[in-house]
Amino acid sequence: MALFARRRLEERPGPLAYHRRLFLRLIFVGSLVFLYAPIITLIIFSFNNSRRNIVWRGFTLKYYEKALNNDGLIEAFVNSLTIAGVSTVISVILGAMTAILLWRFRFPFKAPVEGAMALPIVIPEICMGVAMMAFFIRIGWPTDLIWPFNLGAITIAHITFSYPFVAMIVRARLASFNREEEEAAKDLGASEWQTMRDIIIPFMTPGLVAGALLAFTLSLDDFVITFFTSGPDTVTFPIKVYSMVRFSVTPEVNAASTVLIAITIVFTAVAMWLQSRSSQDGR
Amino acid sequence: MDSWRRSPLFFWIIGLPPVGWLAIFFLLPLSLIWLISFGEKQGIVDVALTWTLDNYARAMESIYLEILLKSIVMAVAITVICLVVAFPVALLISFAPRRVKPWLLLLIVLPFWTNLLIRTYALIAVLRVRGYINFSLEWLWTQANAALSFAGLGQYQLLGARFEPLELLYNNFAVAFGLVYVFLPFMVLPLYAALERLDRSMIEASLDLGAGQVRTFFSVVVPMAASGIVSGVIITFIPALGSFLQPELLGGTDSQLIANVIERQFKSANDWPFGAALSFILMYLTFFALALRSLLAKGKSAMEAA
Repeated sequence: MALFARRRLEERPGPLAYHRRLFLRLIFVGSLVFLYAPIITLIIFSFNNSRRNIVWRGFTLKYYEKALNNDGLIEAFVNSLTIAGVSTVISVILGAMTAILLWRFRFPFKAPVEGAMALPIVIPEICMGVAMMAFFIRIGWPTDLIWPFNLGAITIAHITFSYPFVAMIVRARLASFNREEEEAAKDLGASEWQTMRDIIIPFMTPGLVAGALLAFTLSLDDFVITFFTSGPDTVTFPIKVYSMVRFSVTPEVNAASTVLIAITIVFTAVAMWLQSRSSQDGR
Repeated sequence: MDSWRRSPLFFWIIGLPPVGWLAIFFLLPLSLIWLISFGEKQGIVDVALTWTLDNYARAMESIYLEILLKSIVMAVAITVICLVVAFPVALLISFAPRRVKPWLLLLIVLPFWTNLLIRTYALIAVLRVRGYINFSLEWLWTQANAALSFAGLGQYQLLGARFEPLELLYNNFAVAFGLVYVFLPFMVLPLYAALERLDRSMIEASLDLGAGQVRTFFSVVVPMAASGIVSGVIITFIPALGSFLQPELLGGTDSQLIANVIERQFKSANDWPFGAALSFILMYLTFFALALRSLLAKGKSAMEAA
């Protein structure tokens, strides 16, 4: 009897065991279904052997083949990766500089500078998109340059909305830095630059990796701002998919989307692995 | 923190590129749009700066005012729905055992790493007339009908002669559905961060002192998670207010939001001054929401200090 009583006591969730409450579990599982079902069906139907893509008609890879042979799509894809790569490198550099500037120094007008740095994060994308469009047209930014220089306007716009995010992440990392390490290095005769190279940058590295990951994803993901800064010859992957979707819903779009999802997941996984490794090294 | 005078060369080298970049490629374009909003249209892209307020006056005409109000109502509704759904989710994750916690969080965040356009596109196949929701409903309808015939009620056609699919796509419902779908992870993260830091002994104390779970939730958990709630609301409300893609792809002709009107002024109607005025109105609304947030934060800290 006593044994039974104890078992029943164990099975009843404690008052704080919210994760074991059926009601919460139902909402959690429901949210997951809501979030994943559309993406998973999109992936499944990229293998569907049917032009109209409504009912399942058997497995095929022909829409992947079609997507791979779609020159416009491949070009857009290469453009997107090029923009994301360049934008990530410059965003990480500018973001790290911003973080060090705001973390390290007291200077006049610091509060307005800090506020302005947060602006690209908070203002609606559409406002930034139209501002960029008006700016590039008004200053007469050349639109007939050869590849990859014709991607300049889009890349500049991407850097502008990415590096404040990088700065935020790197600054959060710097907040836990022990200034005594830096002082020790300087006492031992290291110059400002040596301290930077040997002490501060290694400490910032996990933040830089996380920032780079975010910058790359933001760039690859962006539709609205790119939509306003791209021309007819500078189509990125989201813009291309958008025009295909407007035209019709085909398995080819599903196939192209699946490839992009796969790339993002692999990239995220690698970056997270790198990050966990570097944070373990730090300890 | 050092004064910049201690190492001025280093300060300028590190400070000038990012601040200069912001000034040239962000503040300058914004100022340009701000100026254009006081201008008059001349030709296709030519604008004469006349300091007129006509563009703002036009934005207050009933047709645009309605769209503006609709955008606000839509954003508020999306934020409330996200909050109601995300709170239990965040609560469950923050109280889950240490081992599974990061995985549960990853499950919620993973869709966030998937391209926004692709996620919006994926919803078309779910919502359309020949889409998954209607297929599920049709299946349920068939099953229910079979059950009714089995019960001997088949001849009355209680559920209608044939299945009528719901019109779920290209209307306001689809836009709301798409926005909740896209912004739900935005709401979960700040709530989780707040609930994670929460002092659990307070909840225990409340329960020990006889308050029920419901009362404890509203008088202890919610007030203590207030900072997370405010962050989540802001982080959801602002992008929802300026959303462009969901109304464009999932909405019908009557589901235009403010961002779609702005887009039209710049891309097809070529009325830059009016578009600029609208986008500044949107920006002022954003600033208003942010100011409200810092006001709330100040009020809260003043209350705590008192």
